[in-house]
Formats: sequence, structure tokens, C-alpha cells
Amino acid sequence: MIKRNLPFAAIAVVALVAAPLLLEPFRLGLLAKYLCYAIVALGIGLAWGKGGMLTLGQGVFFGLGGYSMAMYLKLTEAGDGGLPDFMVWSGVEELPALWTPFANPVFALCMAVLGPVALALILGALVFRQRVRGAYFAILTQALAAAMVILLVGQQGLTGGTNGMTNFFELFGQDLAEDSTQRGLYLVVASVLGVLYLATRQLVNSRYGRLLVAVRDGEDRVRFLGYDPALVKTVTFAISAGMAGLAGALFVPVVGIISPALLGVVPSLELVVAVAVGGRHALAGAVLGAVLMGYAKTAFSEQFADGWLYLQGALFILVMTLAPKGVAGIGRSILGRLRSARAT
Amino acid sequence: MSAFVNQLPIGLSIGAVLLLIALGLTFTFGQMGVINMAHGEFIMAGAYTAFLLQDMVLALPAAFVVAGLMGLALERAAIRHFYGRPLDTLLLTWGVSLVLQQLARDLFGAPNVQVPAPSWLSGGVGILPYNRLFIMGLAIAGVVAVWVYLNRTGLGRRTQAVVQNRQLAATSGIDAGRVDMLTFFIGSGLAGVAGVALTLIGPVGPALGTYYIVDAFLVVVAGGLGQLRGAVLAAVGLGLLNSYAEFWSDASLAKVIVFAVIIAFLQVRPQGMFVLRSRVLT
Repeated sequence: MIKRNLPFAAIAVVALVAAPLLLEPFRLGLLAKYLCYAIVALGIGLAWGKGGMLTLGQGVFFGLGGYSMAMYLKLTEAGDGGLPDFMVWSGVEELPALWTPFANPVFALCMAVLGPVALALILGALVFRQRVRGAYFAILTQALAAAMVILLVGQQGLTGGTNGMTNFFELFGQDLAEDSTQRGLYLVVASVLGVLYLATRQLVNSRYGRLLVAVRDGEDRVRFLGYDPALVKTVTFAISAGMAGLAGALFVPVVGIISPALLGVVPSLELVVAVAVGGRHALAGAVLGAVLMGYAKTAFSEQFADGWLYLQGALFILVMTLAPKGVAGIGRSILGRLRSARAT
Repeated sequence: MSAFVNQLPIGLSIGAVLLLIALGLTFTFGQMGVINMAHGEFIMAGAYTAFLLQDMVLALPAAFVVAGLMGLALERAAIRHFYGRPLDTLLLTWGVSLVLQQLARDLFGAPNVQVPAPSWLSGGVGILPYNRLFIMGLAIAGVVAVWVYLNRTGLGRRTQAVVQNRQLAATSGIDAGRVDMLTFFIGSGLAGVAGVALTLIGPVGPALGTYYIVDAFLVVVAGGLGQLRGAVLAAVGLGLLNSYAEFWSDASLAKVIVFAVIIAFLQVRPQGMFVLRSRVLT
């Protein structure tokens, strides 16, 4: 038990103690951003890696979480009876009814998680119960992401349109520009990721987790055994949506912006790609992949912006052809070889 | 009432474009279970071919060949190693589509370019502009050609056999690999033709394909896998639904309405309008 958890504990110490001490504030902020993506990736790892549901619309849930948080931040800034800046610019005169409850931080945070969960439950129940699966499900989630972006861009007065929402100054009375606030946020994000990782691993190792893998590998057989695969899938999809929502809510104060460009078809796919690169069959692989790809994206777009797309595409083609199990798969086979070498 | 009628050619021509794109997808998706995300970039390739040639009559066959060869190359180089892993193919071809988009950006520049419509397509009869009529005619010709190919030629019948049961077809002496190549060539070529049609109703840019690919996949989902009549009905239905939803609500809500309608439709017919019955258990 202790031996099994040793790598996790080591990484946790590095992430929680060493990183905040060693990294300059700008880099720490970037790391916090990657860790937010890693939370989404963890959900994708659960839904796709373990449950076989390729969801290409996690950006939608991420966005719902992010916009909930952004609405709260905007409202605290505007003060009582005030209007968020972008509403003034687009000529909205009265606060829309949809916005009013988001002045309450508890409501906003709850909605950031429960909103995505509710949407995933409804969609999952409608789709999985009809045994729509595999590629069909992937296409539907992608269509949802596309529709969401168009909706957000179109409702300028309600959502800030293409620009989304930005210029956040304080969170729970803390100045967001302060290094100490950002360090605190980083610690929150890292802890949330750690807790969620442990919880998800527990879930996967439970009876429910085994059932989930069984559904992935032979849905009809599981049904013949008397289980309800649709229920298992819907619940899993909802959990992964909740994680994406929470990640979105954390992302907003860390990065300071939420906009349709951050949650459309392409960003949703990029996260799936990250999970594939890291290794979809291992939860740790999903997390690792998100951090690696996030880092690679920043590093390469700093150097040569256009090259990144070539590199990302090429990397992706290579990973899918040569190492479909991703970095985690390569790691595992090396470990396995070492073990068998030691045994002989 | 007049607004209602005015919306009709717009909806029908969008449906026609979707149909041309989805025809190719029903081929590749239906026959091989391949979700080709790079299909959108074949549309773009067709559109840029039209831009380079600046001649509608020449552009149609040229775009068919250009996009078809790109599809063939993709199938030979990558996709054929991925049969039986549809979700992996989806991600792989998405990587390809990223590269192709960036390539177009480097070759033709990021800003949109305009292909001037030929003079014989300006004007129209009544509410029907000639360019939209031309697109509809193109789609009808495409459907007829595909139908004749599938039902009246030996190659087409072999294609159908592979769609219905790949192993059995292979055992009967059909070279499934060759059929796959041909299917990919034709399917991708049709995307190129769709790209030429799109130059008639809008500008051409590196991201052109991404605007249509999601809707085209929805056509396949709603129409049923590998079903010609399903693709026709679903494409026209989706095109009309799109344009009327945009008209009655607004552009931003239209996509959400379309999505909701499709989810509702799948409650009634989970596998699309027409289903190839089989007893295969997954």
C-alpha cells in the first residue's frame, strides 16, 4: 500500500512544496493553468480510457464551469446594482435575470459543477439509453461543442461574445494580481487535482470501476448479465463533466479570462489528444499528457507560433501510429521489461 | 410568407452542399467505419483548386481528382493501418487535418480569398439565384452518379458487398483493400466537388472545412450508416432546419435547436433513418 503510493506522494511533495518555492510567479501561473487542464484530462481518462466513451465536447463543461465563475467575479466587481463592463459596452441596461443568482459565490461554485453534471446526465440518459455509442457519441459531443461556441458568441450581451469575459481583479477579497494570491490559487488547483486523482483511482479500482471497464469491452455482454450499461455510462459521463466544470471554475481566476475560443471543438479535441499522448489507459497518463502538452504548446508557440500546428499534428500522427498507448504505455512496457529481466 | 419562401433556396443549397460532403462520408464512414476528420480539409483543397484555376467547368473535375488523390494518399499512408479502431482513426485524421490547414495557411495566406463566380451563373429565375440552382443540380448529379455506380457497375456492387459483410466479401474473392482505396478516392473526390460548390456562396479560407464537417457528420448520424437515401433525406432536412431555425430564432440559437432536434430524432430512430440490419453483436 505504502509502496504503491510512493510515486504519488513524491509528485505531490514536488508539486505542493518545491514548485511554489522554485518557480517564478509567471511560470507557476502557467503550471497552474496546465493543472486545470489536467483535471479535465483526468475526467477524459475516466470516461474514454476506462469507459470507452470518446467525448469530444469536454470544453462545453469546462466552459459552463468557467462562465459560472466569471459571472460571479464580474458581479462582485460591478458591486450592488452595477453592471459588468462588457454589458455596458453592448448597451444592456438591466442585469439579466440569469445573472442575478451568480452574485452569490456559493451558488456560482455549485453551478460550476452541478450545471455540467446536469447537462451530462440529460445528454447521457437520452443518448446512452438509446444505445447510441462509439463514433456516433463522439460526433454528437463534438456537435454540442460547436453549437455551444456559436451560442456564446451570438449572445453578446449575456456572455461577452467572442471576447468572453476578462479583467478580473479580485477573488473573495484577494487581489488577483498579487503573487501571494496566485501562489494560493496554484496550491488550491494542485490540491484539487491530487484529491480528484486519488478519488478517481479509488473509483476505478472499486466494483463500479470494474463494471465500467466491462462495459467498455463488451457492452452487450454486460447487459446480458443483468446490469444497466446506460446507467453506468451516464454516471461516468456526468462525473467527468463535473470535473471539467470544476476545472473551468479554477481556470478563470488563474488565467484571468474565459472566452469561446477556449472551449470550442479544437480545445476540446486538444485535451483528448493530450490524454492520448499521455496514455489513455492510465489515469496518471492522462494527467501527465495534459501537463506535457500544455508545456509543449507554450514552449513552442513562444519560439515559432506557426510551427506549433505542424508539430502538434505530426506528434499526434506519430503517437497514434507508433505508440497508441501513449507515454504511460511506453513507461509500463519498460517497467515490465525491467521486472522480467530481474526475475530471470 | 415571402420571407418563408426566400429562405427555401438558401436551405436547399446548404442541404445540397451538406449532401455532397456527406456522400463522401457515408462512403468512408459507412463502408470502412472510418471517421475522417480530414474530410473537411479535402473540401478546402477543392475550393483552393477552384481558386487557382478560376474556371468553374475545369475546376469541378480537377477538384475531384485533387481531393480524391489526397484521400487515396491518406488511406494508403495511414488509415489502412487503423481499421477496426474507429476512434483512433478519428484522432489520427484530426492530426492530419491540423497539418493540412496550416499548410494551406502557408501556401495561400491566412486571409480568405474570393473566387469570382462565372458570369453565366449571375442572375436567376424568380427567387432562385442561378448559383444556388447550380449547387442543387451538382448535388443531384452527385447522388445519381453515386447511385448508378453502386447499383449498376460491378465495382459498385463489390463495394456494397464489402459494406454489408467485409469478411464474407473477401472470402468470395473481392479484393477488399482495392475497394477501400477506390471508395476513399471517390468519397474524398466528392468533398472536393463540394468545395468548388462552396466557392459560389462564400469566400475560401484555410478553415473552410471546419465549418461544414460537424454538420456533415450529423447528416450521416441522422441518415444512417452507409445509406444513400438516408444521407439525401437527412442532408436536405438538416439544411432546411438550419436555415429556418436561423430565420425564426437567430443564428446563435439555430445550432442549439438543430442539435436538440437531432437528439430528439435519435430517441425515435437511434441508428438513423435507415438501418442496415445485421445480427452482429459488439
